[in-house]
Amino acid sequence: MTPDNRQIVFDNVSKFYGEVLGVNKVNFSLEPGITSLVGPNGSGKTTLMNLLTGLIKPSHGAIYVLGLTAQQPIEFFRQVGYCTQFDSFPPGTNGYDFIYWPLRLHGFGDDQATKLTNEALERAGMAQVARRKVAGYSKGMRQRIRLAQAIAHHPSVLVLDEPLNGLDPMARAESIALFQAIAKQGMHVIISSHILEEVDRISDRVVLMSSGYVVAEGQIKDVRREVRDHPMQILVRCSNAAKLASAAFELDHVVEAKILTDGQSVLIRTRDAEQFSLLLNKIVSAGLVEVDAVAPADDDVNSIYQYLIGSDGGPV
Amino acid sequence: MSIQGSVARAQTTFKDQPWRLYASQIAVLVRTEVRRNLFTRRRLWVYLLALAPALLLGAHSIFSRYHVDPGSIEDETEVLAGIVQLYYFRLGIFFACMGIFTWLFRGEMVAKTLHYQFLVPVRKEVLVVGKFLAGSVISIALFEAAVLACFYFTYARFGAAGTSYMFGGPGLAQLGAYLLTTALACLGYGAVFLALSLLFKNPIIPGAMLLGWETVAPIFPSWAQHLSVTFYLKHLCPVKVPVEGPMAIFTVVTEPVAPFIAVFGLLCLTVAILAASCFLIHRLEVTYTAE
Repeated sequence: MTPDNRQIVFDNVSKFYGEVLGVNKVNFSLEPGITSLVGPNGSGKTTLMNLLTGLIKPSHGAIYVLGLTAQQPIEFFRQVGYCTQFDSFPPGTNGYDFIYWPLRLHGFGDDQATKLTNEALERAGMAQVARRKVAGYSKGMRQRIRLAQAIAHHPSVLVLDEPLNGLDPMARAESIALFQAIAKQGMHVIISSHILEEVDRISDRVVLMSSGYVVAEGQIKDVRREVRDHPMQILVRCSNAAKLASAAFELDHVVEAKILTDGQSVLIRTRDAEQFSLLLNKIVSAGLVEVDAVAPADDDVNSIYQYLIGSDGGPV
Repeated sequence: MSIQGSVARAQTTFKDQPWRLYASQIAVLVRTEVRRNLFTRRRLWVYLLALAPALLLGAHSIFSRYHVDPGSIEDETEVLAGIVQLYYFRLGIFFACMGIFTWLFRGEMVAKTLHYQFLVPVRKEVLVVGKFLAGSVISIALFEAAVLACFYFTYARFGAAGTSYMFGGPGLAQLGAYLLTTALACLGYGAVFLALSLLFKNPIIPGAMLLGWETVAPIFPSWAQHLSVTFYLKHLCPVKVPVEGPMAIFTVVTEPVAPFIAVFGLLCLTVAILAASCFLIHRLEVTYTAE
């Protein structure tokens, strides 16, 4: 796999901790946008992020971030910001210094570092408490100050390990808006999270992991399409649910057509969503049924997670 | 200038002048590390280790201020030489450097804060040099202050005779030699412990082995003694402390080494160990669960 200057590339990457598997034979490349790493505890999400940022080295394979590797730290870490889930801080530090001094290590002068520190504190909503010792912060504040440090130098690749942990709903919404704004600027945002509803809402693509392996990767809709063992669920709200259900049953690929309690909705389970769409078009054209709404019912990260990893994967 | 402009400018400024960037990064590292490691309660035992002889000498000078015999100044000079060479060089500086320099990396690993320094655009070699210099500043400042205090308490109570010994006699030269040797001891032991902390998860056992080596090195052939920090230090000390007890039987007397050679030899040893640390740090991974 050749490195691309816009992509993040994992080229046959494996990581073993002695005899314990971290991740195995990871191969994928990511375009700019929001990518979510989803998987149960111990599935290898943090290992993948630590590999990506050079905190650990792969046992096999190579990782390229915008064409760079972590062996070129000066260029690499100007492009990469990593908000880890380690809830530890240098002793005695306050919020301002926690951001300011790393910026000085980037080579910024006092004026620039001050400006960038204040901007990061504002963006993370921490400006008011910046001069307080981090040791006195709440969990949510510690999370936000780490986020502020990760974004302070305007990285092109932002890696966030469980960034929504410990945040109240308001801070969570603000953080998500911030990630989306960063992604809109053409940057990479890589998030690991166990809050699947939020992952689903903000992600451009997902990487599903289980036991150190990448189970599926790509845009959520594409990944769902690939899951052939589980027929797709389509919810149709129409004028005559019974007629639609009986027409659907005549198709081989439809495995279930369930009329819901409101009497106007049918939940179709089909192995071929495209063929079902054609049928629906024919029925509507013939004027047999009036369709109000059609929506996929399991075209989300949560369903894909359940199908691919299931309860065997342990708690998410 | 906009923030984006500032970022872009900073990213290009140092591209052609990496040494300027390295120097500024080392300055920042030294400043932050000194602030974090010097003025902290965690280092209280190091202060005690450094200042214990000075406190004892201070107490001695207070309690014996009415029984000062100007003729005993030479005896006091030998006592001071023993304190510096046997206590500071073999124990005080050794253990303080073990505490200070091993904490620079391994301690941060234990505190789960090392990743912050691995996620900034700093070459690992620069990180090693910056941290080493910070540790050196801390240990040298502490032990030079302690040696100065020891000198003051030793000679001040002699009044005019003490002043004459210090400024009209060999006192000042001895002080200069001890300050130089103390600084070299801090650099030498510091480099060794920094390397050990990168090589071993628990540097205490190899540290104890090193202490054993430094103690028994005098009974080894001359060439082997060159691998000991105290070998260089003892040739720089202005007052010789006689070796007594069973060790005296086995001690191999080596040819005197010129001060220039001793200083140069110890600095070479320090640089060589530091270069090894620069190599070792590339193997270091941030895996806190393994600590």
